[in-house]
Amino acid sequence: MPARATASTAERILRQLRHDKRTVALLLVLPAVLLTNVWAMYDGRHHSFNRVGLALLGLFPFITMFLVTSVAMLRERTTGTLERFLTLPPGKADLLFGYGLAFGTAAVAQAAVATTLACGPLGLDAGNPVIAALVAVASAVLGVALGLLCSAFARSEFQAVQFMPAVVLPQLLLCGLFVPREDMSSWLHAVSDVLPLTYAVDALRELSASGGATATMWRDVAIVAATATAALVAASTTLRRRSR
Amino acid sequence: MDLLETDHVPWRRLELTVRRPAVDIADLVVERGQERILDGVSCAIAHGSLTALLGPSGSGKTTLLRCIVGVQRIRTGSIRVLGHPAGAGELRRRVGYVTQAPSVYADLTVRENARYFASLHGMPGRHADEALADVGLTGHADELTGQLSGGQRSRVSLACALLGKPDLLVLDEPTVGLDPALRRDLWQRFAELAQAGTTILVSSHVMDEAARCERLLLIRDGRLLSDGTPASIRAATGSDDLEEAFLRLIERDGSAVA
Repeated sequence: MPARATASTAERILRQLRHDKRTVALLLVLPAVLLTNVWAMYDGRHHSFNRVGLALLGLFPFITMFLVTSVAMLRERTTGTLERFLTLPPGKADLLFGYGLAFGTAAVAQAAVATTLACGPLGLDAGNPVIAALVAVASAVLGVALGLLCSAFARSEFQAVQFMPAVVLPQLLLCGLFVPREDMSSWLHAVSDVLPLTYAVDALRELSASGGATATMWRDVAIVAATATAALVAASTTLRRRSR
Repeated sequence: MDLLETDHVPWRRLELTVRRPAVDIADLVVERGQERILDGVSCAIAHGSLTALLGPSGSGKTTLLRCIVGVQRIRTGSIRVLGHPAGAGELRRRVGYVTQAPSVYADLTVRENARYFASLHGMPGRHADEALADVGLTGHADELTGQLSGGQRSRVSLACALLGKPDLLVLDEPTVGLDPALRRDLWQRFAELAQAGTTILVSSHVMDEAARCERLLLIRDGRLLSDGTPASIRAATGSDDLEEAFLRLIERDGSAVA
């Protein structure tokens, strides 16, 4: 029963999270605090806040879930629970999709808080807050998938943490948060075209500009989802039953 | 066809299981980099037996156990477990493995750990509670695993392996850090399980524990130094004390090499 093992793995990860109340608080409160901070920084310049605030809605879930998952997975490797899992009947996909499901669920709560705050009191115009939250969740799942993949290449917590600037920062710089993508030189634009986070931010922009979901927006969401799935599949090839 | 028919005769079936060992290892070599960890190990372990794997730290005990479970890459040789090559998919339901360091989630309660591993075996939650009772942890079921003592934590790990009701149970130093009463209880439990048909292989470096096993394997520097019953080892070395017997075997091996 593969679906059952995925579900119970997701449940197990959420239970672990529940025992760690500080992490839950940070996941939920931090994006809200930072959004408020950015809102205060722009002090009434609605257009600028809208541009940056939208990008942040897509960035927070990606960054936090990337970090949380790479550490969680590294812990599974170092404590031997990964090896134990691999000697049991369920397959590798159950573990990886379990992670995607668990942190995706956590991301729903995170996105609900962040979007409600941004689109309510802070007056962000996201076009459709519910769909904006959905894009944020897709971005979170992308973070989970890349975090799982990267953790395979880290032998220690020190290395795992270094993947944050290596994988996340380039995407943060080139997603259009600092300089609109249209204004980038052609080669930078080309690089930003192959970075998946770009599409999460683009989807949020498109949603806001059109005042609702469009085909272009769904295409961007599909690209994010497809990249996340590809990263999960790639991550499963890094889980070896036999080691040296 | 022939086999199927003879299967109806109980004694015939018994003979078949008796003849084919649960674990059959031939000329096993494992290397890590330039270093040879196991150097041509061959042995067979009978169904329903309780066997101790003994040897000093760094002698290759854990590596040999990992080979049997099928998580260790090997250089040459063959390992058959319950009639399949070690690590085969079919074996994942039938082989239980408890690593030396407890491999359970420190940030879950004892019960949550047991229930999770029960669900991975496709078993209902009450199996988890039974397994916890088996290792005497019912009273701690709602405590966080990370807050337990080292010995309690390794019993959580053991419970999570027991609940799969494996045919072969591989235990890497399960009694380290346990008080004598608990050690005795666990060995009692292993003996009962073996009596009921489970094949059990336990690594240890405590000799008085080993005396309870039907069979002792002594490994040193990646080679099998001795393989026999406690009585035969005592007789062969002329020592009543197993600790002393093993020292003599090691000395003999040392002078043979020199």
